[in-house]
Amino acid sequence: MAHLQLKKLVKKYPNGFEAVHGIDLDVKDGEFMVLVGPSGCAKSTTLRMIAGLESVTAGEIRIGERVVNTLVPGRRGIAMVFQNYALYPHMKVRKNLSFGLRLAGRPKDEIEAATKEVAEILEIEALLDRLPKELSGGQAQRVALGRALIKKPEVFLFDEPLSNLDAKLRASMRVRITDLHRRLKEEGRPATVIYVTHDQTEAMTMGDRICVMKEGHIMQVADPVTLYDKPENAFVAGFIGTPEMNLMNAQLSIAGSHTLKIGNQTISLADELASRIKASADDSEVILGIRPQHFHLAPEGTADTLSGEVTALEFMGHEVYLHVNVEGNSLIAVIPGEEYDPTNVRGSKVCLKVNESRAHVFDRESGKNISFT
Amino acid sequence: MSVETANSATFEEMERVNRQIARRHKINSFIRYILLFIVGIIMLYPLIWLIGASFKTNSEIFSNPGFWPQNPTVSGYVKGWQTSTPYTFGHFFWNTFLILIPKTIGTCISAALVAYGFARFEFPGKRFFFSMLVATLLLPNVVTRIPQYLLFRDLGWLDTFLPLWVPSAFAQDAFFTFMLVQFLRGIPRDMEEAARVDGANTLQTLWYIVTPLLAPALISVALFQFMWTMNDFLGPLIYLSSVDKFPVSLALKLSIDTTEAFDWNQILAMSVLAITPALVVFFMAQKYFIEGISTGGVKG
Repeated sequence: MAHLQLKKLVKKYPNGFEAVHGIDLDVKDGEFMVLVGPSGCAKSTTLRMIAGLESVTAGEIRIGERVVNTLVPGRRGIAMVFQNYALYPHMKVRKNLSFGLRLAGRPKDEIEAATKEVAEILEIEALLDRLPKELSGGQAQRVALGRALIKKPEVFLFDEPLSNLDAKLRASMRVRITDLHRRLKEEGRPATVIYVTHDQTEAMTMGDRICVMKEGHIMQVADPVTLYDKPENAFVAGFIGTPEMNLMNAQLSIAGSHTLKIGNQTISLADELASRIKASADDSEVILGIRPQHFHLAPEGTADTLSGEVTALEFMGHEVYLHVNVEGNSLIAVIPGEEYDPTNVRGSKVCLKVNESRAHVFDRESGKNISFT
Repeated sequence: MSVETANSATFEEMERVNRQIARRHKINSFIRYILLFIVGIIMLYPLIWLIGASFKTNSEIFSNPGFWPQNPTVSGYVKGWQTSTPYTFGHFFWNTFLILIPKTIGTCISAALVAYGFARFEFPGKRFFFSMLVATLLLPNVVTRIPQYLLFRDLGWLDTFLPLWVPSAFAQDAFFTFMLVQFLRGIPRDMEEAARVDGANTLQTLWYIVTPLLAPALISVALFQFMWTMNDFLGPLIYLSSVDKFPVSLALKLSIDTTEAFDWNQILAMSVLAITPALVVFFMAQKYFIEGISTGGVKG
């Protein structure tokens, strides 16, 4: 296994469109790195450049000690799992698995042993003599995984491999892939993985570290907890977390006591949050970010709360999503089921107390988080 | 009226309407099939008549317009096979296959290679070359006959089979290349990319992955080329002058030219034999043929 490095990587298409703008990324040996971002953020383009399926306009891709920019995909020491499996439809599962080894001219008994081993790991022994069209989505995905695994590559590349599966199968495949990664690590052959997804649940549950991308730029690279608790900018804050973080325009005053003014409502900030904020100017334009889970319902008239009107309610069983209109901002508050007051119906007024230790303040112009270093 | 009586009346009414619809459907189907049968017979009649007439005597062909021979005879086949030349008809069949086999194989290989290039790779002037390819589709064959003849004469290829199959082995038949390009465009690239990640080079990807996926289209190409070559008359007429090199199409004409009184039953018998290979191959590969010419026949 090997570490992977991207240095000032650029992708520019012949029509002049620059998809990737000089990104730097370091993936450690045996690390599970997830590239996540909305559609069009160039995560798949980046992955395809690593695979050698897209040319590199500028910059460097290093796998281990080798610069692989100009190497053909087959010589990069990578294996890839595609979104729609890309199994060879005219070959049986056994041949699909061993195609790479056969091309490499490996001895027949070695190929057979490797096929058997991979089939055992992925529990697809019974499928070896079937054609891809005779497989279910989950089975086809396991075969695609096996085709990557059999090559014992230095780096595994996954391009949204679970997006064609239903929710239940996706959850089980998620566990299967992370289990496999852990198992390989325990067996002393750790696998470096680059996993592309647009699903933040996949990213948060699978990645050792997550690289959040937007429009060809890397917004933040961090482990899931840091990404959730200390987003570096408003984009990451809004992208990570379900339901997404509430972001509202506010005016920050730091003359005397720290206050935030949202529309006509003003809340004084507790010392803990005030001390964290790195603002130089008074009355600066900021974005206040609060996760839906970090609101509490407070009795009417409580100081330093945000009051608004309930516009919609979603009962999720163990919790309730309250959609509240505060000064024109549509906020979501997640209230634990046992704390929910059934008198709070659509149209009723509620007061939301902010858990300030978990609140974020972003500079409105740059989007940078000025409440965490 | 009680509820039960009302229900029963409604039920009877529904039954009556259903019966009416079923009867109308039957009548419609009957008319449709009769019509199709009549049109089918009209279209097939020349072929049926040809087969029937090949078993008639020469005099009966003109006295009996029906297709069923009154005194069936195979003399047309026996004498026709001998021909009026030193060679049997088998020799002309062999000549046909000497053109047909390299031409069909050459077309499949070259058209697949060129189509793969156009469908999957970016290269300078690709759009220009592709439009040139499409333009040659619109060019009548007769326009290129003279320059081609002069070229092959200078190469010393006259009175050989080479002018009849070598151009096709260099993807000269734009129609087939265009057909394969369109078919390839309907096949997702993922499998080829997977093969490249698996270590296949361009030719290995073409051979191991693309060609099996192209199989239905390639079968159509082979079939078309087979039938068109079997039926090609002008090409051999221009380039071949020795009787011992004549293919079936010229041999048939030969039997008309060399006798004063035509033995029509022999000509018809040999015509039946001449169309048999194309018919047999067509019916054997009919399934793939239809799949091949309707693009996008690959399931994901």
